Amino acid sequence: MFRRRPEARPAAGDQLVEVFVAGQPVRVPEGASAAAAVLLSGTPAIRTTPVNGAPRLPYCMIGICFDCLAEIDGVANRQSCLVPVAPGMRIEPQLGARAARIEDAA
Amino acid sequence: MTATGQDTRDAIVVGGGLVGAAIAYGLQRQGLSTVMLDEGDVAHRASRGNFGLVWVQSKGLGAPHYQHWTHASAQAWPELAADLLATTGIGVGLHQPGGLHFCFSDDEMAQRDALMGQLRREAGNAGYAYRMIPAAELRDMVPGLGPQVVGASWTPYDGHASPLHLLRALHAAFQDLGGLYRPNAKVTAIKAAPRDFTVAIGSETVRAPRLVLASGLGNADLAPLVGLSAPLRPERGQILVTERTRQVLGLPTHVVRQTEEGSLLLGDSKEDMGFDTLTQTPAIMRAIANKAVRTFPWIAELNIVRAWAALRVMSPDGKPIYDESERYPGATIANCHSGVTLAGAHASLLAPMIATGALAPEMSPFSARRFDVQKAA
Repeated sequence: MFRRRPEARPAAGDQLVEVFVAGQPVRVPEGASAAAAVLLSGTPAIRTTPVNGAPRLPYCMIGICFDCLAEIDGVANRQSCLVPVAPGMRIEPQLGARAARIEDAA
Repeated sequence: MTATGQDTRDAIVVGGGLVGAAIAYGLQRQGLSTVMLDEGDVAHRASRGNFGLVWVQSKGLGAPHYQHWTHASAQAWPELAADLLATTGIGVGLHQPGGLHFCFSDDEMAQRDALMGQLRREAGNAGYAYRMIPAAELRDMVPGLGPQVVGASWTPYDGHASPLHLLRALHAAFQDLGGLYRPNAKVTAIKAAPRDFTVAIGSETVRAPRLVLASGLGNADLAPLVGLSAPLRPERGQILVTERTRQVLGLPTHVVRQTEEGSLLLGDSKEDMGFDTLTQTPAIMRAIANKAVRTFPWIAELNIVRAWAALRVMSPDGKPIYDESERYPGATIANCHSGVTLAGAHASLLAPMIATGALAPEMSPFSARRFDVQKAA
């Protein structure tokens, strides 16, 4: 049931994966979450809240608080702490509310 | 409050939901010293589950008094919202750009047109503007309309508001004006005499010449204590809420509305589940989602972040009950399933009637006496 999360900070011998946080390359251990990549990247905020525009970074890391919402590979409002990294993943800030994609659905 | 624990007021309102709070606010605004007794979170709390429409179209077929009442409430709403904002600083998110009811076949369009036409005939001099709008024109009014939508009916009277902000604003305004709000105040006994009511909350009592029972489904048990009847049943509705999106839907519809904060609310279900608000039924939730997606296919991509069920307060004919006791003048009951729509009427029209001591004659069709008919053998 329980397993050790890979250490977020790369250690010697880790298999590293390169992802992009707000366009900047970040190398994280294989199996780490996208939220870990966000924290390692040093970006000041990964989302701003829809009503007040307050800046947020990953907080609970267990899928509860929704403060790690990001646009990952073009999909809006993903909880980045629940998404394992993949090579070349693009993690973009979720600024305010997402847009509904009206043209794509027609 | 005196040493004996009795508080004397001009009016007692039993019920702290949207109906009770709107009336209590209206009474206090009339200068009556009012106490609002709120049972607590063990109550069914229909006001916390409301969809938030200020809805006129399709209400009051065959009952012009109800159509007029609903229409008058929609007209009273802007002033209510402005007053609440001025008194409390709380915006209730009122928008009244007109609303849409969608049809999915030519037959549905024809039936809807017939219904709206009858409402217009029954409106008489009050007037009732509506249009049947074909899909081609609708596409300029709302984004990404589904291919199965044939058209919609539209009236200029419809709108929407935030039920939770409204409830909070009514409570705050009532108290700002000097009203006394009593939480966790379950009524344990009522001693009734003409224009003299003593209501017990455990060992404490409050006394006033006016008593308003506005406790939703709770009125079924309380109304007989003042010589009235409130034959009510719960009708369950469920609501799904999507993640917030940027503003996309400029006007409310009977199945989907977008809140001021950006969430899309999906609803319009009806089921008889007794008093159960905890067991949500997947079949109903699926039907709500399907109807929303048939109307606006782009909703399918949005995450659902919340869902709930709540109980409408339904009379046998679905229309409100406003009644005053013949045996104990000064006692009034108020029940409806449209606490948001009718908030304007409750605060600005009904409360002044209660303050003067009698409902206006045009309110008589709302009396529960309409249900006292002999059953045919």
